[in-house]
Amino acid sequence: MESDTTQTKLELEKSHRRWRMIKDRIFGWAMAVGGISVIITIVMIFFYLFYVVLPIFGSASTTPLVRYEAPFKGATIAHLALDEYAEIGFVITADGEYAFFAANDGTTINQGKVSNGTGRSVVAIAAGDPVQRSVTIAFDDRTAIVVRPDYAISYPNDKRHITPTLEYPFGKTPVDLGEASGKILLLAAQSQDDEATIVSVTDANVVSLTHVTLTESFLGDEPAVTTTHTALPNIEYDISDLLIDVEQRELYVASAQGQISYFNISDKQHPRLTYLVNVLSNDHRLTSLKYLSGGISILVGDSSGAISQWFPVRDDNNNYTIQKVRSFTPFTAGVSIVVPEYFRKGFVAADEAGNFALMHTTAGRILATDRIATNSLQALAISPRADALLFLTDSGELEKRSVHNEHPEISWNSIWGKVWYESRAEPEYIWQSSSASGDFEPKFSLTPLTFGTLKAALYAMLFAIPLAILGAIYTAYFMTPKMRNFVKPSVEVMAALPTVILGFLAGLWLAPFVEQYLVGVILAFVFIPLSFVVTSFLVDKLPAGVSSYFRNGWEAAALLPVVCFGIWLCVTLSLPIETAFFDGSLPAWLSENFGISYDQRNSLVVGIAIGFAVIPTIFSISEDAVFGVPGHLTTGSLALGATSWQTMIGVVILTASPGIFSAVMIGLGRAVGETMIVLMATGNTPIMDINIFEGFRALSANIAVEMPESEVNSTHFRVLFLAALVLFMVTFAVNTVAEIVRQRLRVKYSNL
Amino acid sequence: MKSIESINKWVGSGSPWVWLSAGMVSLNLVMVFGLLFLISVRGLGHFWPAAIESVELREKDGSTTSLLGNFVEDEIVSAARVRGTGSTVPEDMEFVRRYLIKVGNRDVSGADFVWVNETDITSREIPLDSFMAERDEWGNFYGNLISVKLDGEIIASGATAWGAMQDGIARKTQIRRQIKGIEKDQIGKINYAMERLRLRTKRLELDGVEAGARIDKIAAERLSLEKRYEALNGSLSELYKELGRYSITAATVAGQQVELPVSKIVRAIHPNQMSMFEKIRYYFAKMWEFVSEDPREANTEGGVFPAIFGTVLLVMLMSVFVTPFGVIAAVYLREYAHQGLLTRTIRIAVNNLAGVPSIVYGVFGLGFFVYFLGGNIDQLFFPESLPAPTFGTPGILWSALTLAILTVPVVIVSTEEGLTRIPRAIREGSLALGATKAETLWRTVLPMATPAMMTGLILSIARAAGEVAPLMMVGVVKLAPSLPMDGNFPFLHVDRKFMHLGFHIYDVGFQSPNVEAARPLVYATAFLLVVLIVALNIAAIRIRNRLRESYKAGDG
Repeated sequence: MESDTTQTKLELEKSHRRWRMIKDRIFGWAMAVGGISVIITIVMIFFYLFYVVLPIFGSASTTPLVRYEAPFKGATIAHLALDEYAEIGFVITADGEYAFFAANDGTTINQGKVSNGTGRSVVAIAAGDPVQRSVTIAFDDRTAIVVRPDYAISYPNDKRHITPTLEYPFGKTPVDLGEASGKILLLAAQSQDDEATIVSVTDANVVSLTHVTLTESFLGDEPAVTTTHTALPNIEYDISDLLIDVEQRELYVASAQGQISYFNISDKQHPRLTYLVNVLSNDHRLTSLKYLSGGISILVGDSSGAISQWFPVRDDNNNYTIQKVRSFTPFTAGVSIVVPEYFRKGFVAADEAGNFALMHTTAGRILATDRIATNSLQALAISPRADALLFLTDSGELEKRSVHNEHPEISWNSIWGKVWYESRAEPEYIWQSSSASGDFEPKFSLTPLTFGTLKAALYAMLFAIPLAILGAIYTAYFMTPKMRNFVKPSVEVMAALPTVILGFLAGLWLAPFVEQYLVGVILAFVFIPLSFVVTSFLVDKLPAGVSSYFRNGWEAAALLPVVCFGIWLCVTLSLPIETAFFDGSLPAWLSENFGISYDQRNSLVVGIAIGFAVIPTIFSISEDAVFGVPGHLTTGSLALGATSWQTMIGVVILTASPGIFSAVMIGLGRAVGETMIVLMATGNTPIMDINIFEGFRALSANIAVEMPESEVNSTHFRVLFLAALVLFMVTFAVNTVAEIVRQRLRVKYSNL
Repeated sequence: MKSIESINKWVGSGSPWVWLSAGMVSLNLVMVFGLLFLISVRGLGHFWPAAIESVELREKDGSTTSLLGNFVEDEIVSAARVRGTGSTVPEDMEFVRRYLIKVGNRDVSGADFVWVNETDITSREIPLDSFMAERDEWGNFYGNLISVKLDGEIIASGATAWGAMQDGIARKTQIRRQIKGIEKDQIGKINYAMERLRLRTKRLELDGVEAGARIDKIAAERLSLEKRYEALNGSLSELYKELGRYSITAATVAGQQVELPVSKIVRAIHPNQMSMFEKIRYYFAKMWEFVSEDPREANTEGGVFPAIFGTVLLVMLMSVFVTPFGVIAAVYLREYAHQGLLTRTIRIAVNNLAGVPSIVYGVFGLGFFVYFLGGNIDQLFFPESLPAPTFGTPGILWSALTLAILTVPVVIVSTEEGLTRIPRAIREGSLALGATKAETLWRTVLPMATPAMMTGLILSIARAAGEVAPLMMVGVVKLAPSLPMDGNFPFLHVDRKFMHLGFHIYDVGFQSPNVEAARPLVYATAFLLVVLIVALNIAAIRIRNRLRESYKAGDG
């Protein structure tokens, strides 16, 4: 019986022990899993940012989807296009026959022939702006018809169905192109809404311009078509290419040798030759001339396989001439086709050897190259969303490729370097992420923002370092413990103040105050430190009995009224001085005499506010470092006859300098990442100017302003992530250096 | 000669440098307390009923105009600057004092603040009869009361008008409360239930259920809700009719007669007749309104209760996440992980994360929590409300998590420090008595480290309460339609957006169309936020000290 209970007791104890062991193990596992997962989560921040940013630096790729026989096999193809969804292809032969076909297998959906009703043959075909989709067909009796593929979308059974039709925006009646000698060789045309401009060149090198307008009649019958004809001035060279912009205000007339005449055709009756340039050097031939989307830049392809971008730039005399901005050399054979994207500043080009390349002008990058055929391609089309390409080989086969090219506008250079943006006079650093117009060239240079961040940090550190470090040295080494017990919590209160409050005060109270009392503020920077030294001198002159009352660590308390008086004096003197010397307003005086502009919310205000925010950080860490210097070092120095200040300089600061350095680094890290203050106390304009009286836009404020409005996974979104990643890495690096220095110091102190 | 020597001696003693560095401490102190003083004075002064003054001004053409309002601010500017704005200032003057007067009546005169040069003022007095009415829209009204109307009939004028108006306002306040009760609580509940019914129907549709008992039940429920809604709507429209009955006629200082519906008046006072006691009562009433009411007029008037609520709830949610995870990570790092190079590196990395800018965490929160996690949660659990996102949009949960990640390094570092300080002897003692490692940790080490954990939590709360930048991306809004906690199941709606004191300061101070009018309120909000943060800090420090004391007692 007794042994039984002992047995059960033992059993129980054993099972209890086992249970405790299991609990111990579970606890250990739980801690490990929990701990590791928390650490992983934290570390993941870096990888997540990196993961979001990475795609913008990737290059483009194309994937072959299908290859099939093209409609009108054997015929010469004059124009090839794709619809919005890359589902339907449109093709016109040189004879005016057209067809819509399924882009995925080549099945013809509907086809027909454009004719002018008289049976005359087609002599030239010109495609207009890809967004407008119009194609102009000229006949040998000097008439032309404008057609436009149209895609009606319906959703029967919730599935997209596209019905393509060919529209005649200016009616089926051919438009007369006016009298001119010779047969039409070349044609260029643009049409938009109710206006079209058609320029033709005959084999006698005669250039004539026809302007077509459509007027709706009030009675609601057929709209009336009016045409005017103008002959252009005689061109000296043999014309090989013509180009009209979508607004129909500019005309480029080019020769194969690279001469380009620029006509201003805003006034259709009086075309004006503005300038003549040569875009080619050596004996290359011009093989392609196209507008980039937006109608500002032109792309010149030549027989050497190079494509260059040109746009009008204003020179010193306010005259515009086109200048070469950048060039790409993706091919060794001559360029045969250049096709711009619809909305972005990218384009596709193909050469005579069957290679093609995707490029982007802003980034200056060749994003992808590949070989598609062994000979020159007949035609090439890109879908409006730039996600598919359609190639027509000279053997009459079509190949459709999908394109993965999400962020072509970003390159290392377009983010950090100077970029020559369209319509700018020279390469610049610009941040301008969005605009009202659709074909706008986004400007994603992080340089002005980084500059703004560093500018804020610089002025903040200039303000904070003396205040924090000198203050910390005094507090740690000279101050009486009684006062120290008061000062340290005060600094902690300072650290606890939310930056949104500092930013709000800086923006709404300090900025107007500084503007009004600018003289006083500048005066204070000199006068107040001076007043401390003067006070020291005066106290020194006092009888020893009185002066010792102020010493022994109570100097800071004695100086409190001096500070208040100094500030009051500076503010009071500000207006009289301003009136006496600066015509009543220093900001106005500065801008008149030195051209220094003054913003109310400027870097001085930000510097003071961020300085205020980082002082507690720098103060606490340096104070710790100075206070931690082992006592035997200072007593040794004092015993050898050094004054306490000499001990301070020669021993204490020297020993504590790594700690002070790490304090400054950590303060710098905070200043760099500060968001609310820079957001509220600057104008947030991304300019690059070191002027202390002007604002800036910092990386952090930029993220805060633009992030909520940016579209998920767009280039803008990813560039903002990049800005965050830059901030992360900079502060992380700075803090790591500081931390390592601090740990070394700790080891050093313990060895002393 | 002697003086140079003494100066040399003075410089040699280092005394100027000591005093210079002492001065830096004084300057820091002056800045901190000056700032606190500024916020307190401006923030607390906002509620005091300022005297209404009437001013006569001489215009350029010799005529006079009168203004009625509160003097808000004055400043001295150089005469040149004033002349530059087109005002005339006597030739011999170099400086001009000018006043900012809040004249209200935005609906009558357009601008509610006017700058006035002292030189233009011909007389300045304090009229006893003038009153100020706070309104629901168009800001304050300043003028003299003429009569009170009920249903268009004058019921009181002259001396009795004031009492009649106050009665009208009291009645209006009562009706407003009823309306609010119906609109917010009852109709709000019905709307919420309707929305849930809609989602349930959608859910059934997605599951392929097209008819059946469940659908019929939903239809029946919807019908009964609609009936209740109709009934409530009827009583609402009656209340609204009742509300519109009173109106007052008042004259502006320019003599223009204005008719104001009492339904738009929040309260009316004539501060020039008020006794000190009344003023104090008014002061505290205004203060109470500030902390307990909803904001009015695009956040420039009224209270900040939703912002206080949002801030506190956010910090509480964050603490729930940050404490266990921070402590577990610290315990793992200190007690379980192998103390090698890797652990040391992780420790430095964690330490440094505390210095990473908060905006970076905001970006991470938006990308990872909101779009990635939230988007996937919506796909999995809330397909019925798509494309309207439930969790795939900024909200208080994501804000709390973002702040938790932001502050978890603080808790880890501080807890680790606490664990390091516990003497080995205590651990060894416990192990020697046969306790397992888990038991040692749970029973002795962790309790002893509680003060350190509390310190970490306090520090993280203090940081989180003042953080605004990341919240702007992950959930804060200028005006939230409903609080994230209410009487509808599940009571705590962590997917909702919320208001926040810090963001309120930024938004009202910088995004508001009428910054001048909003400024006092921003100071008051800033004061409140400072008080909140200091109070949190102090409370936490108290707790920490008490814990420290109790464990010290335990040692002995």
